[in-house]
Parts: sequence; C-alpha cells; structure tokens
Amino acid sequence: MISKEDVKHIAKLARIGIAKKEEEKFARELSLILDYVEKLKEVNISKTLPTSHSTEGENVTREDLPAKIFKENLGGRAKKLLKLAPEIKNGYLKVKSIL
Amino acid sequence: MELQDFSIREIHRGLVNREFSAQELTKAYLEKIKKEDKRINAFLTLAENSALSQAKKVDEMIQANREIPLLAGIPLAVKDNILVENIKCTAGSKILENYIAPYDATVIKKLKEIGAVILGKTNMDEFAMGSSTENSAFGSTRNPHDLTRVPGGSSGGSAAAVSANLCCYALGSDTGGSVRLPASFCGVVGLKPTYGAVSRYGLISMASSLDQIGPITKTVKDAKIVFDAISGKDEMDSTSVEIPKIGNGKLQIPNLRIGIPKEYFIKGMDVEVERIIKEVIKKIEALERVKIEEINLPHTKYSLATYYLVMPSEASANLARYDGIKFGYSPGQAGSLLDVYLKSREKGLGPEVRRRIMLGTYALSAGFYEAYYLRAQKVRTKILEDFNKAFEMVDIVLTPTSPAPAFKIGEKITNPLTMYLSDIFTVSVNLAGLPALSLPCGKAHGLPVGLQIIGKAFEETKILEAGEIFEKLCSLNRRFISPT
Repeated sequence: MISKEDVKHIAKLARIGIAKKEEEKFARELSLILDYVEKLKEVNISKTLPTSHSTEGENVTREDLPAKIFKENLGGRAKKLLKLAPEIKNGYLKVKSIL
Repeated sequence: MELQDFSIREIHRGLVNREFSAQELTKAYLEKIKKEDKRINAFLTLAENSALSQAKKVDEMIQANREIPLLAGIPLAVKDNILVENIKCTAGSKILENYIAPYDATVIKKLKEIGAVILGKTNMDEFAMGSSTENSAFGSTRNPHDLTRVPGGSSGGSAAAVSANLCCYALGSDTGGSVRLPASFCGVVGLKPTYGAVSRYGLISMASSLDQIGPITKTVKDAKIVFDAISGKDEMDSTSVEIPKIGNGKLQIPNLRIGIPKEYFIKGMDVEVERIIKEVIKKIEALERVKIEEINLPHTKYSLATYYLVMPSEASANLARYDGIKFGYSPGQAGSLLDVYLKSREKGLGPEVRRRIMLGTYALSAGFYEAYYLRAQKVRTKILEDFNKAFEMVDIVLTPTSPAPAFKIGEKITNPLTMYLSDIFTVSVNLAGLPALSLPCGKAHGLPVGLQIIGKAFEETKILEAGEIFEKLCSLNRRFISPT
C-alpha cells in the first residue's frame, strides 16, 4: 500500500509537483498497480539473469572525432536550440541560482 | 481530382502515368483533412507549405522524365513524437506545446530524401503513454468506424488518419503495442519492427529498450515498402543494426509452421473476437502444407506486470529532461530552482505521465530496486526464453492483437489498470524485441478485429509475406481490398 506520505516523497524524488487533492488519487492508483505487479513474485528467478535489452548489443564505439553532422552549420544549430529555451542570457541558458 | 482509397503502388502508377500530379494529390488530401478531420481529430498540425513544395519537386522530376522512387510524391502523416525539422512537435503534451523540432528524425530524413510528402503530425497519447489517445493534451481522436469509440493508442491519430484515408500511410511508434493496437481498432495494418531495425534518432524517447518506429498502412504490401525505406543501421542510434539477410529472402510458405499460444485465448476475452480469430486460423490451416500447432508461452501472464515496471522505470529517467530550463513549458518567475522543476512538471505533464514517472521513480528507488525493477528484468528474460523455445518449433506465432475491439471514449480512462489491460497481447513482443504485424481480419459487433503475426528477430520479411497471404484470405471482410 502506498500512503499519501509515500506519494509526497516519491513526487519529490521525481521532481513532480502534485496538488493536495491529487495525493489520495495517486496513492490509490499507484497501490492498484503495485498490487497487480505483486504476481511477479510467483516466478522462480533465482538462477535467471536480468535482461536490459532484447538484442545482444556490444559496446558501440567510434573514433573520437566530431561527427559530420555536428560540423555542418554549427552556429545555426546552436541558435535553433537556444531559441527553444524558456530563458537565455548572453547565449547561455538561464538557471535559477542554486547557492 | 477525385481522391480514392489509394495504396502506395496505385498512387505511384497514377503519378508515373500522369493521371494526376503530386501537387494535385497533396492538395486533395489537405482539403479532405480540412473538411473531415474536425470530427476525427487525427491531426494536430498540418505542414501545408512544406508538403506542397516537396510535391512540386516530385512533379518537376516527373516532368523531366526522371525515374521517381516508389514513395516519391506519396502523402503520409507522422505521429507527433517524431521530429520533422521546423514543424511543431508536441508528443501530445502541454509541456511541448510550442516546441519546434530543430532537426529531422532519421526516418524522416530517409523519407524526405526519396521525395515523400509529409502532410502533418498526428494526435497521440501524451508521450505515447496510453492505449486510447484519450491522454492527449489536445483532445481525443475518434475512431472513424464509430465516432463514439477510441481509435486505440498511442498512435491513434496515425491509425485513424490512414483508416479515414486522410493520408496514404502513416508512421507511428510502438513501445507496448502503440502501432498494433490502434491499427487493429481502426481496421488497418501496423508493423512493429524488431528492436534495432529502425533508427530511434529523433523519436521522443519513452522507454528506450522498447521503443520502435513502425508503419501504419492500408495493406501489408505497403507496410513492407515503408519498412524497407525506413529501416537500417544509423550512426545516430547505437542500438540500430543492419538487418541480417536470412536465407534467400524467399519464404517457403508451403512449409510454414505456425504456433498458436493457448495463453492468448483467455477467459474474459470478447467471444466474437475469439470466434473470428479461430475462423481465420481454420482458413489458414486449410492452405496447402501449412502446419498449425498449439504452443506454450507460459510466462505470458506475467508480461503485463513486467512491462508496467520496465516501461515506467525507463520513462522516469527519459522524461527527467523536461525540467523547464532547456526547452518546453516553464512557469516563468517561480521562486527557487526546485520550484521551477516542480511547477513545470506539474503544469506541463498530464496525470498519466506523472503517474508513470512516479511509478518508475519508486521502482528504481533505494530499497525497492531489487524487488521491482531487477525482478522485472529477470522475468523479462523468462519471457524472451519462452519465445526462443517456441521459435525452435515454429516459424511464426499467431494471436489476436487485442482481446476486444475498440471501446467507448471515456469507458476506461478512470481506471489505469483497466486501460493497461488493453495491451495484454502486445507487450510481450516489445519485451522480447520481436517484430509483429497486426492486420485486419474481420469485424466483431461491426468493429475491426486485428490478427497479430509475431516473428523471430529480424524476420520481418517472413511475417510480411505470411501477412500478405493471410490478408487475401480475410479480404472479403475488408473495406479495403488489397490490389495485386
């Protein structure tokens, strides 16, 4: 069971704001889902290795050189990305002070 | 021009024979969308200018008697979580309401290079989280077969657009069934490729070990054409791979071994759906030298629980990027840095997205990681092993795509678990990374029913060829009869 206190804690970990009136709803819904996944306890996995990806990918490496795509029109691209930011100053993203 | 329910090859022939121009065709589709999409709400954004200028380029090639690629001049719709440069890309979320894509996804780059005409972007459940398209921040899409019902999700806009002939074909994305479920609800064809077969570069991430982009089309042949165009290794996605050539690429259909997993015929499924699927299987069995056998996929009953731990865990990490700082909705002058995070995500993200992020955060948190996420990853191995064993005995596996046809708008939205159960027959395929096709095979209560064909990894060719044969067997029930 997930309590309202748990919901507040998880929401804070997830950096998600929730309204007071949503706490109970989320507690109920998360409990419902966590009860459902309890059934995984029936499976004997004592000797089973975890799967993170279905394909057996090995590390994919390349030479440490800038890819072609990043050489082309770099200034234009940077401008485009900065334009998407809510707040910028002198070509930087503006962030609230953290100290 | 008069717009018919064209397949890709029919349009290609029409263009090459100069029965109509690419510009006439594009205009006809755009007009149809403007007239008819008010009641369906499949499109979020129209890309009128770029569509017409692309069509003009194709017309110039035809005028110059140059050979054009099969997909040149063919109008398509793109799910709104796939980036098309300089076009708005919302992922169905308020947090990206004003986000203009700064570059093309690899699949879009590939399609543009061969002259494809992008009509616009289609509605979806927010960040592809949902099975009905009701979770969109921009209103539900309605099923063209019955406007009171959902089109399925999360690629509901794409499937509805193809079904209502508002485009020739569409792209969707499938993390737990989001191409196949809406395809089945809307009576069209949907392909979820093998994990890694299609580049995910430029697809807005949900769960990175499960996401794949796939085509939604009117015929199986069209699905193959689009899949061939968008697949292949891409240096921008290190999980993408070149599809290994298997055999001579020719299917020995007379020796096809087909497995029917009994776990996919469950108590509580719609009796009409069950009857239709069993009838189709009978018809297939009557084909010459096709062998059908019952198989077991014993961990099927755990796949949904596994999925609803793996997917939210990955999504909670992926969606951390929506912080109100780099891009997307931001509350403006909100106190501290923490306040910016909290408020951006509270106002910008809908309830289902916040629920899944919290679920994933919980499953990954200290003290619960082993009990939830790690356990789910281990059961995922069991599910994968089930399929490996099955594919030692059979070439393909047949199941219903969904236990029931399209449900009413509003029917399941209040209980997340009921909604999640819609994915019960589709999620295993994503966990195992396999390719699967959904094709229309009949109607239950007047609504389309989908047959799911699951194949071995990278055997898209096989399920598509089998799909073409099965499609002919079911064609009497279809609105669209596939041209030869």
